[in-house]
Amino acid sequence: MRRAAALFELLAPALLVVLVALVGTIVSSSTETYVVAALVNVAIVVALYLFIGNSGVLSFGHVSFVAVGAWAAGILSMPVEEKPAIMPNLAGFLRDTTVGNVSSLAIAAGVGAVYALIVGLPLMRLSGLAAGIATFGVLEITHNVLRYWEKIGPGLNTFSAVPETTGLFQAAICALIAVAAAFVYQRSRYGRLLRATREDAAAARAVGVSVYGQRLVAFTLSGAVAGLAGGLYVHFLPINAESVYLDLTFITLAMLVIGGATSLWGAVVGAVAVSAVDSFLAEAENGVHLLGQTLDFPAGTRIVVVGALMALVLIVRPAGLTGGRELSFPGPGVRRLLTKFAP
Amino acid sequence: MSGGPTVATFLGADWQTLADAVGLGGIYALMAVGIGLVFGVLRLVNFAYGQLVMAGAYSLAFAFERGWPVWIGILLCFGVVLLLSIAMEWVVFRPLRAHSPAVMLVATFAVAFLLQSIALIWFGSLGKIAASLASLNQPVTISGVDIRKISVVTTAVAIVGLLVLVLLLARTRVGLHMRAAAQDFSTARLLGVRANRVISSAVLISGILAATVAVMMTVQTPLVTPDFALRDTILVLAGVVLGGMNRLVSATLGGFAIGFASGFLGGALPTDQSQYLPSFLFAAVILVLLIRPGGLFTRAGAQAVERV
Repeated sequence: MRRAAALFELLAPALLVVLVALVGTIVSSSTETYVVAALVNVAIVVALYLFIGNSGVLSFGHVSFVAVGAWAAGILSMPVEEKPAIMPNLAGFLRDTTVGNVSSLAIAAGVGAVYALIVGLPLMRLSGLAAGIATFGVLEITHNVLRYWEKIGPGLNTFSAVPETTGLFQAAICALIAVAAAFVYQRSRYGRLLRATREDAAAARAVGVSVYGQRLVAFTLSGAVAGLAGGLYVHFLPINAESVYLDLTFITLAMLVIGGATSLWGAVVGAVAVSAVDSFLAEAENGVHLLGQTLDFPAGTRIVVVGALMALVLIVRPAGLTGGRELSFPGPGVRRLLTKFAP
Repeated sequence: MSGGPTVATFLGADWQTLADAVGLGGIYALMAVGIGLVFGVLRLVNFAYGQLVMAGAYSLAFAFERGWPVWIGILLCFGVVLLLSIAMEWVVFRPLRAHSPAVMLVATFAVAFLLQSIALIWFGSLGKIAASLASLNQPVTISGVDIRKISVVTTAVAIVGLLVLVLLLARTRVGLHMRAAAQDFSTARLLGVRANRVISSAVLISGILAATVAVMMTVQTPLVTPDFALRDTILVLAGVVLGGMNRLVSATLGGFAIGFASGFLGGALPTDQSQYLPSFLFAAVILVLLIRPGGLFTRAGAQAVERV
């Protein structure tokens, strides 16, 4: 029974991801774009959850891992003959190399992990407010460098000409990989130790847990997932340095907070729910017909609604929609019901 | 500036750049005080502080568009910013007071985006002009050196503002309460300091400072867009951490230093170097957090940051 309950912890979010992907197969192609975007968001938010949820330490820096993943995958998968037009100053190795779709995603995950490890080595000593501000600094530095350093990317240009391979299938698979990684981690020894430090750092240290080491493990792993999500993102839309900066940080943090930061289920629910609201509002900003009414919201409505939702959740229900708990295995009542109808 | 035949220089930069840098440092110092005051009593880093300035700037633009006299515009600016500060305190800060500083930071992050988008909906992304004080951009000549009036004005306003604040904190009852609350909030409450009143006054003063900053910033940048003062707030936050959040003096010095540095280096360095300035500033912030977590301008041993 316990094993089944544990499996349910994985199955519930995974099924939700599959369900979202299935919805994507039956809707129009313009709506499908929103579904793919939702799946990319799931991957990013799960990466955030992996670190923030398990450690209880705030990070504004994860979008920079998304950014370096996107940069790595985007530069390496762009056809060689297209590169000079968009990235005239690219360094030699990057200029002459092109890799396939899957390898570019793997490289994105690897680059994300390495970058997170390098950043985490000094920063994982910090907690609370200091961690929040220092990781914000990481976001600023990464954005600043990616924006201007044309040897390693398009600078101010947009990543056009990257093969747009992220469709429903690829996005769903990668979101599932992210969910599976987070599940395996949180059931592992490392995940449990890190959550112990979250609940009571002093007690955890007293029984010999290295708070710094455990945080570093989670940070690196979540960097890998975030990098993978960045790879997905660059194969999905022609992005630029502004796409992986404050707005994305805000919206993904909002998703995590609204869903419930301390559970995988909460992360996935938050990502899906906010993406749904967000894409509906994005449509409404262009004018949408609903129940015989024409809704036409001005640009900016999305952020207002999501921002208000986030503030509201923080004030009224700080643990998020799911209460920060995993979806519990159907209780005894449901089980009795099931056995009743079983032959 | 076109410059005369002989341009006086200081460390390779002309005096105009230097004066502008001092002016910017003054503005940032005022913002740092605004952020530091609220942090002192609430342990809350107000990411949405720049949006208060933005709201003030839009009020000035609103008055300018209708051709109202300058003083009405400034009055409107102060009114709007103060109302917004109080609303923010009531709706967001107060319910979240018991939460951890990190949660409050996330909440103000949300508020910042919320306010910015409301401005986007109301006023559009193109921006409004607030140029009722544009005459302050004219240069004055001080012993053969051309300096824009606004640089002199901002420096003067910053000095006067900080002096008034020092008097307020040192000589008045509410100032004493605020200092006590910043030292140790729960003990201060036990000794009869009224929490709500202290917090409200800190929020009000920081609102007044935001409105002042809005007036001066619109002279420098008359085009008011929804992200007005956003970059500045981020830099000031960095400066406040650099200087040391725990004491108002060190936070102010940090704010001034970062304003001066970004103004001076931004003006003096060629673009291909100054564009990386934010990276160096934030690298410095991270370094300070790691090596000297109390901040640069605090006594050694002042530990503001818990660490593992």
